[in-house]
Amino acid sequence: MKRAVPLAITFLTGFFLVVSFFIPHEPFGELEQRLLIWFAIVSGFTMLLGVDNLVRAHVRRVTRRPAGWGHSVALIVGLVVTVVLGVIGFVRYGSPFHIQSPFMFLYTYSIIPLQATMFALLAFFIASASYRAFRARNTVATLLLVSAVIVMLGRVPIGSASSHVFPAAQEWIMNYPQLAAKRGIQIGAALGAVSMSLRILLGIERSYLS
Amino acid sequence: MGSLGTIIGTWLAGFLTLAILSFLYKDNPFYKLAEHIYVGVSAGYWLIYVAFFDVKPMLWDTFVTETGAEKWIILIPGALGIIMLSRWFPKSAWLSRWPIAFTVGVGAGLGITANIQGYVMPQVAATILPVTGMNLVSLNNLVLMVGVVTTMLYFYFSKPQRGVLSWTAKIGIVFIMVSFGASFGYTLMARISLLIGRLYFILADLLHVIG
Repeated sequence: MKRAVPLAITFLTGFFLVVSFFIPHEPFGELEQRLLIWFAIVSGFTMLLGVDNLVRAHVRRVTRRPAGWGHSVALIVGLVVTVVLGVIGFVRYGSPFHIQSPFMFLYTYSIIPLQATMFALLAFFIASASYRAFRARNTVATLLLVSAVIVMLGRVPIGSASSHVFPAAQEWIMNYPQLAAKRGIQIGAALGAVSMSLRILLGIERSYLS
Repeated sequence: MGSLGTIIGTWLAGFLTLAILSFLYKDNPFYKLAEHIYVGVSAGYWLIYVAFFDVKPMLWDTFVTETGAEKWIILIPGALGIIMLSRWFPKSAWLSRWPIAFTVGVGAGLGITANIQGYVMPQVAATILPVTGMNLVSLNNLVLMVGVVTTMLYFYFSKPQRGVLSWTAKIGIVFIMVSFGASFGYTLMARISLLIGRLYFILADLLHVIG
């Protein structure tokens, strides 16, 4: 019951999805769409588990009061305020995502700047990492350095102002060698995912049951 | 929100932006505060997003509007979702394996069909390109084909990389390093573009130093 039922559910769900792909007619044709909707609903409930975990961890910090526990208060308050504003937006405007909803105010003036600044901050760390990584120690490291420099110069005005070669070279690198390696890696990863999926469906890979 | 709301919002966004950027000096309480607010607000945002765009239209609205068998069939994923919450109760936590098994099954099923249909086939089709004579298009197509094949061979570890396989793997690593370098440069420029956006916000919207 504890292992056999989940294994059967996994096999049957995956099997019907594969069958519906190869037999796009009734009763299988509609099955893929239906299972995807079910998947979205079940995944929605997992969000509750995730938020519950987060809140529990930080409530524990607030009750035990280690150093920096005040930040946990900020996290909980941020979460609660966001959810409450979402509910208010839904009740007053019919959707939390209505342009006049206070939820969208919070999104515009806190989530967008926080997200953008977090990623902008990475520019400094990437630049610092590139200083260490971009040392022309051998041929392949030099290739990494040269292609990165060409792509960077080819995408900024100073590059095209200094020579028309940079924009053309960066376009060629992005369209051919870069695309070729990316494609090779993607095909390999997709084939790996297919084999892993088969292992899961056939019950060889069972780590998700632990 | 009116103009007062815009002013308050701009100051809030300005404070949060500067708090995050303060990490460039060193780890400090302002950065920690903004970081925790970010996590809390993001978790709340995604909770509302999933509830409003997934659970409400797919489960609740379907149950309310549909008639006949459909009305009751939609309760199956609803029940699976509720069973997922059995993890909160240690004695019945094992029941949560059922909805997990369902999501893993859907993921595995899609892992086969979507990967073959969405990745492998289109990528292979887009790689097998005509090489007709000595011209630039043919040369570029050849570069693309050689690059894809040699990159894949570089990651082929079922046989020792000796002889021909060694040479193809060496060509593969050339493509891989050029690709990593290009991706690195591309990512750095994207991040710098975001940084320019944030600096522009501080100088123009918050401080009105520039127009």
